[in-house]
Amino acid sequence: MLRLEHRPQPSARWTWLAPPLAVLITMIAGGALFAALGKNPVDTIRTIFWDPLFGEFAFYYRPQLLVKAAPLILIAIGLSLGFRAGIWNIGAEGQYIVGAITGAGAGLAFYPLDAWFIFPLMILAGALGGFLWAMIPAVLRARFGTNEILVSLMLVYVAEQLLAKMALGLLRNPEGRGFPGSRNLQQYAPAHNAEIIANTGIHWGVLAAFIAVIFAYILLARHVLGYQIKLTGQAPRAARFAGVNTERLVFICLGLSGALAGLAGMFEVAGPAGQISIEFNVGYGFTAIIVAFLGRLHPLGIQLAGLLMALTYIGGEAAESSLQLPAAAIQVFQGMLLFFLLAVDVLSNFRLRLSRTEAA
Amino acid sequence: MPKYAARAAVMRAGPHVRHCRSPNACDRTGARQGPGGAEERVSTTLLSIRGLTKAYPGVTANDDVSFDVAKGEVHALLGENGAGKSTLVKMIYGLVKPDSGAMTLDGAPFVPTEPRAARASGAAMVFQHFSLFDAMTVAENIALGMEDPPRLRDLATRIREVSDQYGLPLDPARRVGDLSAGERQRVEIVRCLLQDPRLLIMDEPTSVLTPQEVRILFATLSKLAADGVSILYISHKLEEIRALCNRATILRQGRKVASCLPADTTAREMAEMMVGGSFKTPARARRATGEIALEISDLSLPPASAFGTALKHVALTVRQGEILGIGGVAGNGQDELLAALSGEMRSRADAIRLFGQPIGRLGPEARRRRRLLSAPEQRLGHAAAPDMSLTENAFLTAKDREGLARRGFIGWRAARGFAEKIISTFDVRTPGPDTAARALSGGNLQKFVIGREMLQRPEVLVVNQPTWGVDAAAAASIRQALLDLTASGAAVVCISQDLDELMEISDRFAVLNEGRLSKARTTGDLSVEDIGLMMGGAHGMEVAHAPA
Repeated sequence: MLRLEHRPQPSARWTWLAPPLAVLITMIAGGALFAALGKNPVDTIRTIFWDPLFGEFAFYYRPQLLVKAAPLILIAIGLSLGFRAGIWNIGAEGQYIVGAITGAGAGLAFYPLDAWFIFPLMILAGALGGFLWAMIPAVLRARFGTNEILVSLMLVYVAEQLLAKMALGLLRNPEGRGFPGSRNLQQYAPAHNAEIIANTGIHWGVLAAFIAVIFAYILLARHVLGYQIKLTGQAPRAARFAGVNTERLVFICLGLSGALAGLAGMFEVAGPAGQISIEFNVGYGFTAIIVAFLGRLHPLGIQLAGLLMALTYIGGEAAESSLQLPAAAIQVFQGMLLFFLLAVDVLSNFRLRLSRTEAA
Repeated sequence: MPKYAARAAVMRAGPHVRHCRSPNACDRTGARQGPGGAEERVSTTLLSIRGLTKAYPGVTANDDVSFDVAKGEVHALLGENGAGKSTLVKMIYGLVKPDSGAMTLDGAPFVPTEPRAARASGAAMVFQHFSLFDAMTVAENIALGMEDPPRLRDLATRIREVSDQYGLPLDPARRVGDLSAGERQRVEIVRCLLQDPRLLIMDEPTSVLTPQEVRILFATLSKLAADGVSILYISHKLEEIRALCNRATILRQGRKVASCLPADTTAREMAEMMVGGSFKTPARARRATGEIALEISDLSLPPASAFGTALKHVALTVRQGEILGIGGVAGNGQDELLAALSGEMRSRADAIRLFGQPIGRLGPEARRRRRLLSAPEQRLGHAAAPDMSLTENAFLTAKDREGLARRGFIGWRAARGFAEKIISTFDVRTPGPDTAARALSGGNLQKFVIGREMLQRPEVLVVNQPTWGVDAAAAASIRQALLDLTASGAAVVCISQDLDELMEISDRFAVLNEGRLSKARTTGDLSVEDIGLMMGGAHGMEVAHAPA
């Protein structure tokens, strides 16, 4: 009989082994799922994981990988800080949308002026939009003790309404013949988040994501604020004893994650998406939650997890079109990844023991 | 009450002055019975333990432990923290399965696979930490723990019967949230007694009781033993064991190292058997007291939690070079007083003065910078973060005083060095500063927490339960360190429920009762009875026994 035995302290080895093992188990279980759908499991797994990187059309897919991973990483880094402190911002999707609206709005306000300051201003506006949207749950929690999970989540749907309103109203392209959607920022050079190096997929958002990873790493490993974040999450009472101002930490964590999500939205709307439209958001803010946990709330882990999650998106789309897999099957597959990670996670705090059913 | 009187006499005389009356009584091999025990021994054995062994990864909790508990005997189980007492009783109670070895209960093989099976065989246990629901009545709480509870009215009648029979005053209709710690313990004991146990296991039962409550408990246990119930009694308080127990089994590092007759063995001898060597008794040097270091005046604060206690008009002064002992049963405002002094709870600015400066509004970090340090009672989760390493936990309070951070960036090497200094100075037994706090035994973590504050050279140190759950040798070294600290001119406020400890180290003594602090009195002038009266007696409930 298998038994779980509590470890005296968490195993560092398993903390890092768990994610690759979870990926492996996901491939096996996913393969079984695809086989049950009548597809060749090996082909399908190869289409998802191998072809986008090394296949015939890798030259097209590889830049896409960075384009998809950048917002995931940027948002997940911000979320991970809050999650570590026990502050649950579930509404990154909303902050992402608002950041896109304010960022694009700041750019479009100057149309058709050609000036160097427009893009930096958009960056600031995007971050500020996300920050302010995240301040709503922060203020409500500090002032009235509301639950930030519910408030931030509900604000996603408010943000979606706001997005539709903007696409149809204030930001609608005056030359768009009445179609919803703003002007395309890709065609307005001073506001365009263009590739820094052509055909690599590396736009300013990718760069921002890398910088965020480095900053978060330093913050958590070396800075007092990072220590306070970890302490508050692990032992809130010890944090108060140490003198951590927990209320201030709520504002910092929600503010930072909101600003990063807003940045991600701004880079997306000014680059890959190009315009504010009703269907602008595609769930990066929610997927980033999976990315944050898949990466162990650790900046480097999040970087890898973001790339992996982007790969399943791109590979999944390829599998949908080339193997006629239903989209739901890919979503189940992505869900399995978090499912198995949480399951394997048990091993970092427990060890498996084979116990005989003995008569003492 | 002859046994308790003996204890009180010993306490007045000081705990370490007696000598072993009969050298034969201290039997270090554990195989022989001392001659003095012949009349105490009952011929039939209830519980027999043979070669019990239990290993956890990296540590052998019990190694080939064998001993017998006779019928109607109060048998003490002694040992340092981590000696394997808890694992042993958990095996008897069916919570842990032994790797090898065998037990018999009244001659029949005893293999409890779960507590329910142990209870069915007649073994019952009162845990150190109670598992009661504050919002429910006594009877409802007891019904919750039963396999097949009778109607509540019938149960209440049974509870009254049992509590009258054994002199445990208890009202089944009262809400547990309103009960004192002693009364809560009675709920747990009555819960056990309703099962008509043959073996009652008690884990550190007196750690939260007033002297009067201890007296009631001891009378009850003696009565139970006289009725033929065997009691396995775990405690650190050696004088209690001397007063109450017929025999004692001593464990060290998972092995049985000795057995003795407590009545004929001094506390010091027992402590040395536990430690496996001799240790120093704290020595107090007379010292002149200096200026007022800490002053609290008219401090009133709301409770910290729903079942916390409000502080009401608390006033005290502590001078340099002085230890103020604050006694009282837990839950009478101890946590709130510590929080008010550590800065976790703010108050009126001039309610708390440090060398004349008002500090009531300052937070914990600002107070530490002014050399007012504190160590709360709860080690894991309050004084230390369980999953963080000792290095990170050293940083927790020493950031500013030890200069471990510069412009917001942490100097981990310096923090590690400070952790190593604590570990070596206070003899913390751990593989190293990278170990998680939760992997340390309670006593070792306590040494680390106290050491962390002491090494920061406080002007005023506030400690709550500094030796709670710590073995005799470590407790002695912590008390010595507190005395040494005052010798160097610091002021110490020691909140504790261990009266022996407060009598030993404090210069003045006050009692916290329902959030009010009594006037402090010079310790040397007090008798145990005085202290009992200061503590407010056994919460207004009469002792229901005739003296045994």
